[in-house]
Amino acid sequence: MYNSEEMLLEMKGICKRFPGVVALDKVDFFIRKGEVHVLMGENGAGKSTLIKILTGIYKLDEGEILFDGKPLNPVDALDVQRKGISTIYQEISLIPQLSVAENIFLGREFRNKGLIDWKRTRQEAKKLLDDMGMDIDVTRPVESYGTAIQQMIALARATWLKAKLVVMDEATSSMDDDEVRVLFSIIHRLKAQGISILFISHRLNEVFEIADRITILKDGVRVGEYRSGELTRLQLITKMVGHDASEILSQATVREKKRFPDYVEARNIRSGVKLNGVNLTIGRGEVVGLAGLLGSGRTELARILFGADARDEGEILIDGAPVHFRLPAQAIGKGFAFCSEDRKVEGILPNMSVRDNMLIACMGKVNRHGIVSPQRQREMVQKYIDAVRIKTPSMEQNISNLSGGNQQKVLLARWLCMKPDLLILDEPTRGIDVGAKKEIEELIREIASQGISILLISSEFEELVRNCDRLVVVREGHNVGELQGAEINEENIMRVIAQEKKREAV
Amino acid sequence: MKTKKGFMPALSNLLARHGSLVALLLMMAIASIIYPEFRTMRNITNVFRQMSMVGLSAVGMTFVIISGGIDLSIGSTIALSGILLAKLSGSSVLLAIVVPLLVGAVIGLVNAFIITRLRVVPFIATLAVQMAVRGVAYVITDMQSVPVSDEKGIFTFIGRGYVLGIPFPVLVFAVVAIVAAVISTRTGYGRSTFAIGGNENAARMMGIRVERSKMISFTTTSVLSALAGIILSARLGAGQPLGGQGWEMDAIAGVAIGGTLLSGGTGGIGKTVCGVLIMGFIKNIINLQGNVNSYWQNIIMGMIILAVIIIQNRGKTGGERA
Repeated sequence: MYNSEEMLLEMKGICKRFPGVVALDKVDFFIRKGEVHVLMGENGAGKSTLIKILTGIYKLDEGEILFDGKPLNPVDALDVQRKGISTIYQEISLIPQLSVAENIFLGREFRNKGLIDWKRTRQEAKKLLDDMGMDIDVTRPVESYGTAIQQMIALARATWLKAKLVVMDEATSSMDDDEVRVLFSIIHRLKAQGISILFISHRLNEVFEIADRITILKDGVRVGEYRSGELTRLQLITKMVGHDASEILSQATVREKKRFPDYVEARNIRSGVKLNGVNLTIGRGEVVGLAGLLGSGRTELARILFGADARDEGEILIDGAPVHFRLPAQAIGKGFAFCSEDRKVEGILPNMSVRDNMLIACMGKVNRHGIVSPQRQREMVQKYIDAVRIKTPSMEQNISNLSGGNQQKVLLARWLCMKPDLLILDEPTRGIDVGAKKEIEELIREIASQGISILLISSEFEELVRNCDRLVVVREGHNVGELQGAEINEENIMRVIAQEKKREAV
Repeated sequence: MKTKKGFMPALSNLLARHGSLVALLLMMAIASIIYPEFRTMRNITNVFRQMSMVGLSAVGMTFVIISGGIDLSIGSTIALSGILLAKLSGSSVLLAIVVPLLVGAVIGLVNAFIITRLRVVPFIATLAVQMAVRGVAYVITDMQSVPVSDEKGIFTFIGRGYVLGIPFPVLVFAVVAIVAAVISTRTGYGRSTFAIGGNENAARMMGIRVERSKMISFTTTSVLSALAGIILSARLGAGQPLGGQGWEMDAIAGVAIGGTLLSGGTGGIGKTVCGVLIMGFIKNIINLQGNVNSYWQNIIMGMIILAVIIIQNRGKTGGERA
């Protein structure tokens, strides 16, 4: 067992200023050997700045960094990696088309007379992954595996590079519970080898499960360092957000069962292996949550509703009349709106202004010819900037410069200008800090109170519990239950999902 | 290795991995049956010799395209190197061969410099270099063809000679292709091109020296194109300011028909060799057909390239979703 008091990383008095902002103000941050240290804070707390300084992407203005007792003067990302700090990013940091084995050893392949020895490379990769408890085909391209496996391949690479510290930046954000479990068991093995892990996650459950210590940052200042057991969830959130955490956790709002007029109905939707006959009804002005684990078919169902993907079987009815959408444009025409889970790929138009991002879809709605005077455009944009409370210096600001939460609000506004009847929100708060999350949730309820129906998809059950009138629980492409009113709580969701196997016998 | 068993999956696996080789062999087999003159050694040798020059450029281009780039400057490089060979042929055989190769290297380095340091996208950078180099070729020749003086017969040998019954240009192409295939599959540089084409940022973070790799790829392409220019001039007995025009497109087409994706990250030298030969044999078969207007060649080539790319795209997505 490693002496857990022995320091591996000491960052002392770290200061980093950007024009107009102090991103980090004399921050101390320590990691001991063989510990899992979670760094927490809202967006803007300075988490990512600190990581970027550690990994050599940013230069620090003041302070010193000791790594393994020696000063670490990061030249660039590569240099830091050579010194024993490997970073695994949320986005894939592997080469998708190359084999698993090649990805692990890329740049340091085994040689035989100067040429790469593929047989040995494959054998070593197999051995390395076996040691991690993973049995996968190392000759297949990395892209044929899911995100979780890819992260673990990246971990295998890091351990082989003899990393002493592995930085995992939101590694679990796109994993389901099973995948997280496998990842955590691997992290425990790494710990046992004396490797330290710096872990960043927005998921509180995970944080408490994996962390030995937690450092909390807020507004560029260190709030404190805590042993995992010292803090309750409520305390942690209070320290991070610093305002009225009880409100954030108020999930036990007792709701009455309400009746909503029938609006949209999806019957027996089937598509490939993902959907095996799902039913879904949404009432007018109702917030329906689609609950399920990753891979349960939630996003697939939403995309089919919106006409973005084709279905093999099943019917979709609006007010009792069947509709056949082959294109999103048709669904939009019927008053549907869809906020994709992938903001970067299917949402924002990078390098365009907030104004353009907001108006791009709705110009034709404002005026039959799609010609809207700049004056009128500005009025509309300002109205929505105020309505959804977007924090931006101006509507001409490049959207890429906004925080994730504010980008999401721009996208919400984009759909709201279309005056939709049904708003489908797929993971609207993914990768967004706690404060902005709360605001988005408030917006969701506000929108619903105006009579707009909402289909909410979220991997965070608390979010569904807080916001939905009714929950449809799906697993492996079919319905496993519905929760309404007072039945809606996290425990019940998990119970319904777990019950799935029995249901088939009934 | 195999995920599915049975004949059809095995066949589609074979086609996905070696589609261009299968297509090449199939085409040659069918042509041999239909056209008796196709299967003569002389005809086959001729096609190989015709394609060996574009083939050299295409080998270099493969590295560039795998790493996600493109090089449009090679046609001009072929012309300039051929002209330099012709101009220097009278004074020194050694200089006449070494100088064009060095100039080729310089052109490649200029391409790489513009792309990696000045951050201009490869398409524009090499398009500009293509025009400039072509201009140099016009200026130094005044648009006149430059005859090659060949007192020792060395250039005739380079262009038209045989070694053990194999045309010398074909031999050069074969050696270059084999060496390139080994480099591509078994060296750090070779693999770096795949990594960069697959995900440049990830490659950089994995310690791949991206700029250096690109520099090698562009320089290799230009040097091999200079070599093609040397062979071309030696064959024609003259350096021509309009030589090699449009060859960049032939080289790119050869790479694409072979099965290297223009989006980067996948491909291989073997595929390119097959792709180039497929192009050569298609032209050859059209000529053998005799009654087809040779202008039709272009139309047919265009159709074939399109068909190949569409089939490849389908194979790719089908394979991934299955």
